[in-house]
Amino acid sequence: MSDDAPPLLEVRDLVVRFDVVTPGGPWGRRRTLTAVDGVHVSVRRGETLGLVGESGCGKSTTGRAVLQLEKPSAGEVIFDGRPIHEWWVQRWGGWRWDHRLRDLRRRMQMIFQDPSASLDPRMTVEAILAEPLRNFALASGSERRGRVQRLLEIVGLDPRFIRRYPHQFSGGQRQRIGIARALALEPDLIVADEPTSGLDVSIQAQIVNLLGRLQQELGLTMMFIAHDLATVRHVSDRIAVMHLGRIVELAAADRIVTAPLHPYTQALVAAVPVPDPIRERARPRLVLAGEPPSPLDPPAGCPFHTRCPVREERCRRESPPLRTVAAGHEVACHLVD
Amino acid sequence: MTRPATDTVLAVRDLRTFFHGEGHVVKAVDGVSFDVRRGETLAIVGESGSGKSVACLSALRLVPSPPAFHPSGEVLHGGRDLLVMPEREIERLRGDRLAMIFQDPLSALNPYLTVARQLTEVLEVHRSASPAAARREAISMLERVGIADAAHRIDHHPHQFSGGMRQRVMIAMALLCRPEVLFADEPTTALDVTIQAQILALVAELRRELGMAVVLVTHDLGVVAGAADRVAVMYAGRIVEEGTVEEIFARPLHPYTRGLLASTPQIDMPDRGLLAAIPGLPPDPAHLPVGCPFQPRCDRAVDRCRQASPQMAVFTTSHRVACLEAGEAP
Repeated sequence: MSDDAPPLLEVRDLVVRFDVVTPGGPWGRRRTLTAVDGVHVSVRRGETLGLVGESGCGKSTTGRAVLQLEKPSAGEVIFDGRPIHEWWVQRWGGWRWDHRLRDLRRRMQMIFQDPSASLDPRMTVEAILAEPLRNFALASGSERRGRVQRLLEIVGLDPRFIRRYPHQFSGGQRQRIGIARALALEPDLIVADEPTSGLDVSIQAQIVNLLGRLQQELGLTMMFIAHDLATVRHVSDRIAVMHLGRIVELAAADRIVTAPLHPYTQALVAAVPVPDPIRERARPRLVLAGEPPSPLDPPAGCPFHTRCPVREERCRRESPPLRTVAAGHEVACHLVD
Repeated sequence: MTRPATDTVLAVRDLRTFFHGEGHVVKAVDGVSFDVRRGETLAIVGESGSGKSVACLSALRLVPSPPAFHPSGEVLHGGRDLLVMPEREIERLRGDRLAMIFQDPLSALNPYLTVARQLTEVLEVHRSASPAAARREAISMLERVGIADAAHRIDHHPHQFSGGMRQRVMIAMALLCRPEVLFADEPTTALDVTIQAQILALVAELRRELGMAVVLVTHDLGVVAGAADRVAVMYAGRIVEEGTVEEIFARPLHPYTRGLLASTPQIDMPDRGLLAAIPGLPPDPAHLPVGCPFQPRCDRAVDRCRQASPQMAVFTTSHRVACLEAGEAP
């Protein structure tokens, strides 16, 4: 991983807005929800960037907008030097990918949280894994079957299972199928959205290990989205902490956990329980009062000031920009020097 | 079976909860015994399907029967067995001496009724309180669990509260009658970590204040480390290890407990290597393996593990383990 090489992925001032209808009036009230509000980050080749935050912070929407599964409302997504956010056309009354984006799809894939929802229950494993190969005319006939069997081996499943259906597998095994499908086209970038959240602890560890091994062996670049900071730390080189649609802190994974600067990151780290009674009970308690603000109704000034234990007057008025405070460490807080 | 100690408020003995499946029997809980002592937090840890929730639901007789049946077991409270007492009497205990909170408050609270209706009903039924007194008591309990503007919020419906606030409402409802035992089934699993920290701190505070015992059912060893006095680890419907929180974390004896601890990433430890994952999958409770249920995934399994299921062996006065090889543990 060289710092001089151009990053594989550059996200510049990404904004994603949704039109939503909230209760009020006879037909409801139309409002705009800003799910992602100016995310700026780049991912180097071969790197794993962790994206953490609480529910509703916009981390999944960021991942989807990076892959153009959501059309960005503003900002740029540069993949391998190409401005893929522009590769949309208006057709049949809606925005569609143009042919360039369709072709590039080979190189960027997604792993979803819930494999039971993202795998077609009526397709065999072979059909699921052969579909991407067929779509891109990459292999046919017996060669295709061979590749499907190899994919299953790579993710640690018995290749004899190719005629089975998703329901015949356990949750962890289904997630392995989801990973195999993402790998089928030999992509450069994988966005993994909470890939271990629905799984039991002992199975989570298996999937985390698998992703780590694949990343090293295949030289993958990965965006790992999760709410569990302990797991994200384990797999990531760098971590971006999101709050209400923005990155509030970005640094090397170890720094985020051992020397967090933003008060929100500090609270998040303190809230993750440590599985050791002596260390857990000796840790400083930092319990945030109140609840996260709604992205429909974000507070003025710094979006975190409503819960911030160290807020000052200007935090209510001015929103702090993300700025570099040390080499490779960016923070959005007025109170950090 | 050991006799319950004097400070025991609830004793579960050899509890079995089986379900009739299609042509087979699912042994969800298969011979579980534990004591709940006054004022303590007992954590029941296990993965999905280990029987931890069904064990608690069975202790309160909340599993519909049929399809469930109990081939054996006693749940002793105040010298009486809850499993055989008339329905009317256990109804009097539930929500009064024994209360329960669940993972998903939205499905445990009635969406059609205001919070006021649901809270005052508890006091009107168990305490024969007048409507006005019940409402006063309910408002003060909502304030106690941290709901701002409780006098106004009490007339809202559950969907008008956020997830964390709904969990507080359910806790308030469970605590109205000052129970002796609160069963908490994954109470923070659906919540964000900062809200989880709030709820766990609240439960700990209320436990001290009311002197109640908490049975905390969870899969999260971090939560256990912070909250529990004693821990019971369940696997395939059985308790495989039980001890004080210090014993379980510092000197785990069962290979499953060790595997679970090793496979949990720790935020304050700088490791970047492989997590020590437990190989294989938890067994299907309808088709348990012969011998020790953990034997197919166990790296210490020897021939005798495949022949007979190990019994609980006492290690120290507080530490018990069901493993034939635990004695020779390094």
